[in-house]
Amino acid sequence: MNRYPWWKYAILAIALVIGLLYTLPNFYGEAPAVQVSSGKATVKIDPAVTARVEQALQQAGVKPDFVQLEGNSVRARFADTDTQIKAKDAVSKALNPDPADPGYIVALNLVSRSPAWLARIHALPMFLGLDLRGGVHFLMQVDMKSALAKKAESVSSDMRTLLRDKNIRHTGIARDGNAVEVSFRDAESRNAARNVLGDNLPEMAWQDVQEGAGDPKLRGTLKPESAFKVQEQALKQNITTLHNRVNELGTSEPVIQQQGVDRVVVQLPGVQDTARAKDIIGRTATLELRMVNESAEAQAAARGAGPVPFGSERFVERGGQPLIVFRQVVLTGDNLSDAQPGFDGQTHEPTVNLTVDAKGARIIRDVTRDNVGKRMAILLFERGKGEVVTAPVIRSELGARFQISGRMTTAEATDTALLLRAGSLAAPMEIIEEKTIGPALGAENIAKGFHSVTYGFAAIALFMCAYYLLFGVFSTVALGFNLLLLVAVLSMLQATLTLPGIAAIALTLGMAIDANVLINERVREELRGGAPPQAAIAAGYERAWGTILDSNITTLIAGLALLAFGSGPVRGFAVVHCLGILTSMFSAVVFSRGLVNLWYGRQKRLKSVSIGQVWKPQADAGRPATEN
Amino acid sequence: MEFFRIKRDIPFMRYALVLNVISFVTFALAVFFLITRGLHLSIEFTGGTVLEVEYAQAADIGRVRGTVEALNYGEVQVQNFGTSHDVLVRVPIRGDVKQSEVANTVLTALCKAEAGTVSTKQYTTPQGEQVSRPSCATAAGAEPLRLMRTEFVGPSVGSELARDGALALAVTVLGIMVYLAFRFEWKFSVAGIVANLHDVVIILGFFAFFQWEFSLAVLAAILAVLGYSVNESVVIFDRIRETFRKFRKLNTPQVIDHAITSTTSRTIITHGSTQMMVLSMLLFGGPTLHYFAVALTIGILFGIYSSIFVAAGIAMWLGVKREDLVKANKDHDPNDPNAGAVV
Repeated sequence: MNRYPWWKYAILAIALVIGLLYTLPNFYGEAPAVQVSSGKATVKIDPAVTARVEQALQQAGVKPDFVQLEGNSVRARFADTDTQIKAKDAVSKALNPDPADPGYIVALNLVSRSPAWLARIHALPMFLGLDLRGGVHFLMQVDMKSALAKKAESVSSDMRTLLRDKNIRHTGIARDGNAVEVSFRDAESRNAARNVLGDNLPEMAWQDVQEGAGDPKLRGTLKPESAFKVQEQALKQNITTLHNRVNELGTSEPVIQQQGVDRVVVQLPGVQDTARAKDIIGRTATLELRMVNESAEAQAAARGAGPVPFGSERFVERGGQPLIVFRQVVLTGDNLSDAQPGFDGQTHEPTVNLTVDAKGARIIRDVTRDNVGKRMAILLFERGKGEVVTAPVIRSELGARFQISGRMTTAEATDTALLLRAGSLAAPMEIIEEKTIGPALGAENIAKGFHSVTYGFAAIALFMCAYYLLFGVFSTVALGFNLLLLVAVLSMLQATLTLPGIAAIALTLGMAIDANVLINERVREELRGGAPPQAAIAAGYERAWGTILDSNITTLIAGLALLAFGSGPVRGFAVVHCLGILTSMFSAVVFSRGLVNLWYGRQKRLKSVSIGQVWKPQADAGRPATEN
Repeated sequence: MEFFRIKRDIPFMRYALVLNVISFVTFALAVFFLITRGLHLSIEFTGGTVLEVEYAQAADIGRVRGTVEALNYGEVQVQNFGTSHDVLVRVPIRGDVKQSEVANTVLTALCKAEAGTVSTKQYTTPQGEQVSRPSCATAAGAEPLRLMRTEFVGPSVGSELARDGALALAVTVLGIMVYLAFRFEWKFSVAGIVANLHDVVIILGFFAFFQWEFSLAVLAAILAVLGYSVNESVVIFDRIRETFRKFRKLNTPQVIDHAITSTTSRTIITHGSTQMMVLSMLLFGGPTLHYFAVALTIGILFGIYSSIFVAAGIAMWLGVKREDLVKANKDHDPNDPNAGAVV
């Protein structure tokens, strides 16, 4: 009765092998590396860059372990830090001929030392959190001035629409810092405008301005409370956008929090250098849709034959050609709700499909209706510098959903969509503080966590073996198997291990032994009741199962609640805790039973089992009834 | 080895009234301290600034406190962190003070107290990275203190965390109640959750009384221990149901006594094992895990107590009867493996 069919043993063996394989990479440690990533949204990292890095290293006489393209960066691993630094200088010189305007970010980093065959089966080490391995920490300042200026810009464009709708004639709208000024021919239209604007734009305070004999003017300034609201919203949106961006790029468990009134903290655990982080965060681009100025003067200006016309700006297209674009913003990234790469149904060309919100749709419809055949530019502002992502020709009147197609590869479409989708920032941000927490600081925490688990495990193992003898050994092996599985699953999921996570491992192990105690106690009880050993083992495991399930479910409920509502360190704790509960059910019941079956199952005439002393109350208390 | 050689059922329920009174008094005291003293919430919840400074010599806490208090930041806390060299300074949020400048001002003041000046120091780590950090140096070139870590938390983040924590606690309690009601019946569900909330309040009472720092990690520990000690009640309830079925002549207190007595061995061994792990964390885990382990220790100890005396006691006062648990299936087989789990 205590035999497993061969396939059950096979499953256990497979679980053991998988557990070992995926735990293995955690023991290799890390090696110094140089990482090259894109410094601009428009600079792509592709195999050609790998070749250039290899070439640069060869020229400098530095021999890397390997140079490979990983995601959106090229990494070269080196044997020691001296070569690493030499390599960094060489690569940096080769890729960035102009240090003032770097196209690539070259930085020092650490990569796993584990052999390539393990990486090929995706057996990668766990991420270690900021508190364990150090990491980068950024403090970012949101440029609130530009958020307010942008608000004023959008107000002035709203004013234009309003006044046109109400047929109020004005002689011009100008933006002066955070204020807007409209001038009129007569006081009558000014009064009409004041009423209309006051009703429709409640966030502005309107004021009459009369400069001598000049035209009557209306000056609108942002009310302090709405200015505050604009700033608050800008910060919130930037945080959301950063979250999206960091998430889309697959960084593990980032921390993005508000700090003070206009700052955002970004913590990226497991990132040793600032390059990857800057690659992710540095793409803090704002998106604007503007019309291309296609007048004769503008075309002359684009050729360099004349000055840029009033109300227009000169930008450079991706290909390098200059483009003259109106200053007036049709739409900003705020109105963009989604952007996805796709394919055109008819031409099978890669496209970027855009969806805008209701307000955006109305503007797009109005603008495109009047401008069929003209070009609209999508501009990306990165660190104050604008660049034209694409300037498609408007083919027809557009609505809430439209697409950009033509002259794009699939990868380009995906990139463009990612940049657009990750949301635009309400205001540009600049990194004002950058902290790299070195691994030395985290090493102490790792040692502490490791010691807690080791000594706790040893104490439990000793006690179990002394109290339950051979069954205690089985329980201990099962507990070890649990630890192995847990680490393997965490590695497979590429979870981020933090100090609370290690605490969760310790706690989970301490709680997991409960299942084996339940089983062993039950087996003893069956023996005490006079059951033959084989029957006692079978009954012990079967009866204990219900209780084990019950107790694990209640613990799991608490774990899931923590997972759902926890943040930061608590989340790390909850993930490990929940996974640990699941692996412990498997190891404590299935695996330990497998061990028992393997040992005792084949013995037909089993007289006794080694589970420690079984004391029977009816027997003489001084002399144990059955000693095994 | 067999630690527990209990010949007769221990009459736990005879003392239920006394113990429940003791429980109630402890509970009331915990609530009292929670109200009068309040929890010493970490800056994760309240917002504020934390500086961890490492002194070259053992730090003079009194002088450090005096220096920081002179800055008029309100209720500043200064204490040792781990060793006598490490000092933790907590500055609360003040509306009129710019958060980002607090750390700098404090560091400058501390540095001045050690006759040094703050400057930005640039150096290259052994890993080969360029790092620049504020450093405090005396005229002689010595570095009397080093800034190890600073942390600011804004007030909105803190209030969000507090809300999420409360929500997590509520969901856990509700989830466990529903599960127990489904698995047993409502009397046990109420008894189990009252017993375990009693634990939670007592842990909180300890934190309020000793003014230990209540951080997110402690909250996690409390929720984990809540799930863990509920299963203690589950085991006992399982046994009570089993005993009701097996021994038809026993009255309710006797059934409960029998159930508790027969699970004692498992209870002590399991909790002992878990406590060994927690003790290991307490001893080797360093200051970060200290209060986490303390909360677990209190939770585990009171978990045993409350499962035995409080949960079963309340179930008894609520009037658990044989009919509540053994219904309809009169022709049941006591050896039916599906009849309910037992230990």
